[in-house]
Amino acid sequence: MNPPTDPQAAVSANNRRVVKRALLACAGAFFFCFSLIPIYTIYCEITGVNGKTGQISGEQPVLVDTSRTITVQFDGTSHSSLPWQFKPEVREMKVHPGELSSALFYAQNLDKQTLVGQAVPSVAPNVASIYFNKTECFCFTEQLLEPGEQREMPVRFVIDPDIPASVKTVTLSYTFFLNELATQRVAKEHSVTDNPAS
Amino acid sequence: MAEHATHDTHDEHHDDHQQSFFMRWFCSTNHKDIGTLYLLFSLVMFFIGGFMALVIRAELFVPGLQLVHPEFFNQMTTMHALVMIFGAVMPAFVGLANWMIPMMVGAPDMALPRMNNWSFWILPFAFTMLLLPLIQYAFFGVGAGGPAGGWTLYPPLSLQGGNNVAFTIFAIHMMGVSSIMGAINVIATILNMRAPGMDLLKMPVFCWTWLITAFLLIAVMPVLAGAVTMLLTDKFFLTSFFNAAGGGDPVMFQHIFWFFGHPEVYIMILPAFGIVSEIIPTFARKPLFGYQAMVYATASIAFLSFIVWAHHMFTVGMPLGGELFFMYATMLIAVPTGVKVFNWVSTMWKSSMTFETPMLFAVGFVILFTIGGFSGLMLAIVPADFQYHDTYFVVAHFHYVLVTGAIYSIMAATYYWLPKWTGVMYNEALGKWHFWLSTIFVNVLFFPQHFLGLAGMPRRIPDYNVAFADFNLISSIGAFGFGLAQLIFAWIVIQCAFLGRGAKATDHVWEGSKGLEWTLSSPPPHHSFSTPPVINDKDLAHGDVTH
Ligand code: HEM
Ligand SMILES: [Cu+2]
Repeated sequence: MNPPTDPQAAVSANNRRVVKRALLACAGAFFFCFSLIPIYTIYCEITGVNGKTGQISGEQPVLVDTSRTITVQFDGTSHSSLPWQFKPEVREMKVHPGELSSALFYAQNLDKQTLVGQAVPSVAPNVASIYFNKTECFCFTEQLLEPGEQREMPVRFVIDPDIPASVKTVTLSYTFFLNELATQRVAKEHSVTDNPAS
Repeated sequence: MAEHATHDTHDEHHDDHQQSFFMRWFCSTNHKDIGTLYLLFSLVMFFIGGFMALVIRAELFVPGLQLVHPEFFNQMTTMHALVMIFGAVMPAFVGLANWMIPMMVGAPDMALPRMNNWSFWILPFAFTMLLLPLIQYAFFGVGAGGPAGGWTLYPPLSLQGGNNVAFTIFAIHMMGVSSIMGAINVIATILNMRAPGMDLLKMPVFCWTWLITAFLLIAVMPVLAGAVTMLLTDKFFLTSFFNAAGGGDPVMFQHIFWFFGHPEVYIMILPAFGIVSEIIPTFARKPLFGYQAMVYATASIAFLSFIVWAHHMFTVGMPLGGELFFMYATMLIAVPTGVKVFNWVSTMWKSSMTFETPMLFAVGFVILFTIGGFSGLMLAIVPADFQYHDTYFVVAHFHYVLVTGAIYSIMAATYYWLPKWTGVMYNEALGKWHFWLSTIFVNVLFFPQHFLGLAGMPRRIPDYNVAFADFNLISSIGAFGFGLAQLIFAWIVIQCAFLGRGAKATDHVWEGSKGLEWTLSSPPPHHSFSTPPVINDKDLAHGDVTH
């Protein structure tokens, strides 16, 4: 064992170095993969890619730009996991940028058990999404519907007057998903409160 | 002095003593034995995956549902892809790397022989795991069968498949570990084990393409591992990485998957480029045209492959800027790829060519792979891709680049080096039959799929509109023809490798062969280059040896 003069030992030292570096690179790539999650989320928030809507804005007063009219279309779907009827009250409305507007969505639970849903919004086209600010939305919280229960749910929004002039129509689309965790929790609470009664 | 040291430490224990079967094959650390294991494993997987493809084509023979349930059909398309990609193509290339790289660079073995043993022996376990849900269901009626959401494992569909998801994901983890260990071994061998005088730019192109492939593997296999780990926790541990209801985003999976997926397709083609760059000069009896251009083209393809992934996702609703960026970046890859094709053609230009079976497969590769490249360029055009996406046009594209690309190169390599490995010549007449039957039927099989795709037939469906009946019938006939032709290949390999039948091969095997591997006997001694060879430029592989 005389490392400096033994070529065999030099080769194994080199090999160990390659292995070490390669494993480090692998660990880096694995870590990079998970870091893509926050990177992607932040990227989508900044650019509005993927229809992530603008920030939840307070009701700060903005100047209403009456020279422009934008058509806002509404769309509502419930995911196959959630047996709800869900649709917008009106298909579209015309608004001025800067004007605080509100629209109603309607949901009914068609199932025989209490279900908790979570609506996920998306705005198209992408360029419009960061200018579309919601001040109140049923998608901010979970929605619980008893069997057969129906509800009208408002969304209040304001379109930022800085929205590019090329945008004439904006579509606000919601998909209602089943929130499994909350539904299980509610079912458990029910069985606890039901038992003493019976 | 240096030669002595290497010699002494290496030959002592093994020489010529008989190892037991178990010790030789299960505990092997010899690069040739492990290479053989990889190649045989790959051949078995090729037939398993091929059988699944024939189930698919049998169902699609005529419109309507006749042979299998739609759910089982989906399992076939999913498993066919996973088995072929991870079981047939990738292990075949690793097997070739194991056999050839030490002999090409004048090394006594791979740099890390024990890790080499591990990286092979993980694979049978990984594939048992992958195939288990399917085998249980198909042969014993237990469970719901294998994964059926497509090899790309897109959520939410892939997560709706029951517990087989866990089997698939753990199998993918194991394959990933195996590939990474194989890649580390290749890098260490090439960087540290070259014989004195074998400069990097004197190495055969095959070593270069594998070196670059190994870097790609190390960069992207962990990304795949991460992506499927997130799928696993989404399914079983209530995370919401890709679950929109919980604030996640299924489109993000597609981004991560294709960040792995596009480099992965190059992992499956760069070693093929290397093989073809060895074979064409041999049978053209001319040095490779533009050796350095080949090396740099390979490196630029590898680099570009990281910035084109979203061409698989043009239709998910990307901003216009994104669509344009990924469109142009994708088209840019055609430039270095074109450099390669032109270099192969220039090598053949005004040369004295002969067409033994390896050369036939290599020339077939150049022509048919290029057709696949062209259809890729069509798919890269965003507005066109909106029409072609998820149709049979895409299926035709990737089968031209993978079957007549990657698989053809593996066949070419097998015919080229089989006499070296086994010491006997394969049956040339049968080899030619294999080539011509394969080439005719592979085109009958995949060319009509272009037309089906243009007409709008979606991929991954068990039934279709009668308007598509004629081309599907033709395609299925081609599939069975191609499948049967592969039995010839298996027979040729069995003849050489197991029966030892055939003429005795000379050391050089081919008239125009160049490179260190041909200076060894056929078959080479179990331990070759225990003493580093003295490098003469005339022994070196075709390329720029004078620079
Ligand atoms: C000139 C080079 C190439 C270009 C421009 C190209 C372009 C494309 C595009 C745009 C797609 C997406 C089509 C769609 O889903 O709508 C695609 C799919 C695909 N390509 Fe290529 N490609 C090229 C070379 C290759 C090579 C060399 C391979 C593999 C050896 C390959 C394998 C695949 C595979 C497997 C898919 C389909 C993946 C799936 O959806 O299952 N391509 N290609
Ligand atoms: Cu790609």
